[in-house]
Amino acid sequence: MSMQLATLRDLSVLYRSGSTTRTALASVDLDILAGERLAIIGESGSGKSTLALALAGLLPDNAERSGQIAWPGLGRPPVPGGDIGFVFQDPGSSHNPVLSIGEQIAEVARRHLGIGWRAAYARALDLLARVRIPQPKAALAAYAHELSGGQRQRVAIASAIAAGPRLLIADEPTSALDMVVQAEIVALLDELVRADGMTLLFITHDIALASGFADRLAVFRDARLVEAGASADVLARPQNAYTRHLIGSHIDLATPPLIVGPTR
Amino acid sequence: MSAELLTATGVSKTFASKARRVAALDNASVSVARGETLGLVGPSGSGKSTLARILLRLVEPDAGRIDFDGVDLLALNGEALRTTRKRIQMVFQDPLAAFNPRATVASALADPLRIHGLVERRQRPAAIAALLQRVGLDPGLASRAIHEISGGQRQRVAIARALATRPDLIVLDEAVSALDVSVRGRILELLVELQREEGIAYVFVSHDLAVVRAIAHTIAIMDAGTIVETGPTPDVVANPQSATGRALVAAVPRLVVGKSD
Repeated sequence: MSMQLATLRDLSVLYRSGSTTRTALASVDLDILAGERLAIIGESGSGKSTLALALAGLLPDNAERSGQIAWPGLGRPPVPGGDIGFVFQDPGSSHNPVLSIGEQIAEVARRHLGIGWRAAYARALDLLARVRIPQPKAALAAYAHELSGGQRQRVAIASAIAAGPRLLIADEPTSALDMVVQAEIVALLDELVRADGMTLLFITHDIALASGFADRLAVFRDARLVEAGASADVLARPQNAYTRHLIGSHIDLATPPLIVGPTR
Repeated sequence: MSAELLTATGVSKTFASKARRVAALDNASVSVARGETLGLVGPSGSGKSTLARILLRLVEPDAGRIDFDGVDLLALNGEALRTTRKRIQMVFQDPLAAFNPRATVASALADPLRIHGLVERRQRPAAIAALLQRVGLDPGLASRAIHEISGGQRQRVAIARALATRPDLIVLDEAVSALDVSVRGRILELLVELQREEGIAYVFVSHDLAVVRAIAHTIAIMDAGTIVETGPTPDVVANPQSATGRALVAAVPRLVVGKSD
């Protein structure tokens, strides 16, 4: 049995605004195993992004958390940005528009690894090559707005792993990208976490996308964890009706078309 | 009567800003048959939304010709253009951005009926109720604000608004891309049912080849402003001829049930 990196026990999160409260997560029990690729599956309002924010210590001020998040795999509370890297959905808003790509990545390495700027820039150059940015040396001096959406997400991934985190959280990292770029980014994330022995928490609404590489799936609906298990088990023998519904809603190239063929 | 409802021939469009010129569309030609669906598929920046907007005459092309039901669409103006506009409607990706944020469901649906002079004021509530039922919504929803209803309901209202003028063609630009997967299937089924019953043709723009395959009779694949491949849907999906087509087929996530490591 793999060692637990993090354990969530009876984790609940409420959002308050004015006199109204909304439950974003209700009594979640979940283990994150060291070195695994765990996919969190859910639709809008399922609580999947709140789970990621709670783990990373990024919950907004109007959130109230109860229950425990423990880090037996670290033996201490995690340092955000150092022990946990985060890749957000919108690669446009995760970059500082007035810093060069090189500065942004180097800043993460410098702060968390305690190295100088020169070494940090060398690491940034390395990382840009690893995430397969064309002409990484030129990209160091480029700004985020000069890059395409897919390239921006590659740079965001480089920043997120710059400090060598144990846990990489990717929250819908491909939802704003087209499908060809999506496939490339997913393959890149998979390759990076395997090579570095990172744990990956991949948050998505797309159970098929997750099925291609995740070791385990955890399905969320309306703030609750409805089912978790090894990917193959959950997909072949879903225990929960909602999981079956999600699997049934998937459309790929083997799904029977809704129309009859062309009339000409 | 020709089988083609709409034919675009040699359509080009260049956007210019300061020193930069971007050829968004370069000599693109597509056709849509009556009562059928053309799927426009391609990666980001391939020009599919630009082509869709040109078909709607929301953007004027630099060159090319568009025939709509035997009429030169680009030559129309004034009353003749307004009359033809009724017959070509649209549904966009983000239904919240597509409506006046202060609108109610009823006022959003009353607009096309009023603007195109289709239904007298006194008959409008009944016409609105009928439209809502047509898209599978409770007529009681009419008094609700657009921002109060769910994303799936909102996209149904957008479809109802497009139906209000009894169009021959609806252009749908990423119309199901922002919806939850469990809602997406029901909207696709609604579109197919409306097409079967009312003979509406669709231009369905999406980056998702699997979704396009489910509802399009023919597919045009775009890349970098050009149409790189067109054909009947089963042929294009089974045997893509272009590199872009092959990449799109390969990129579709497949449900992997028996993964072994």
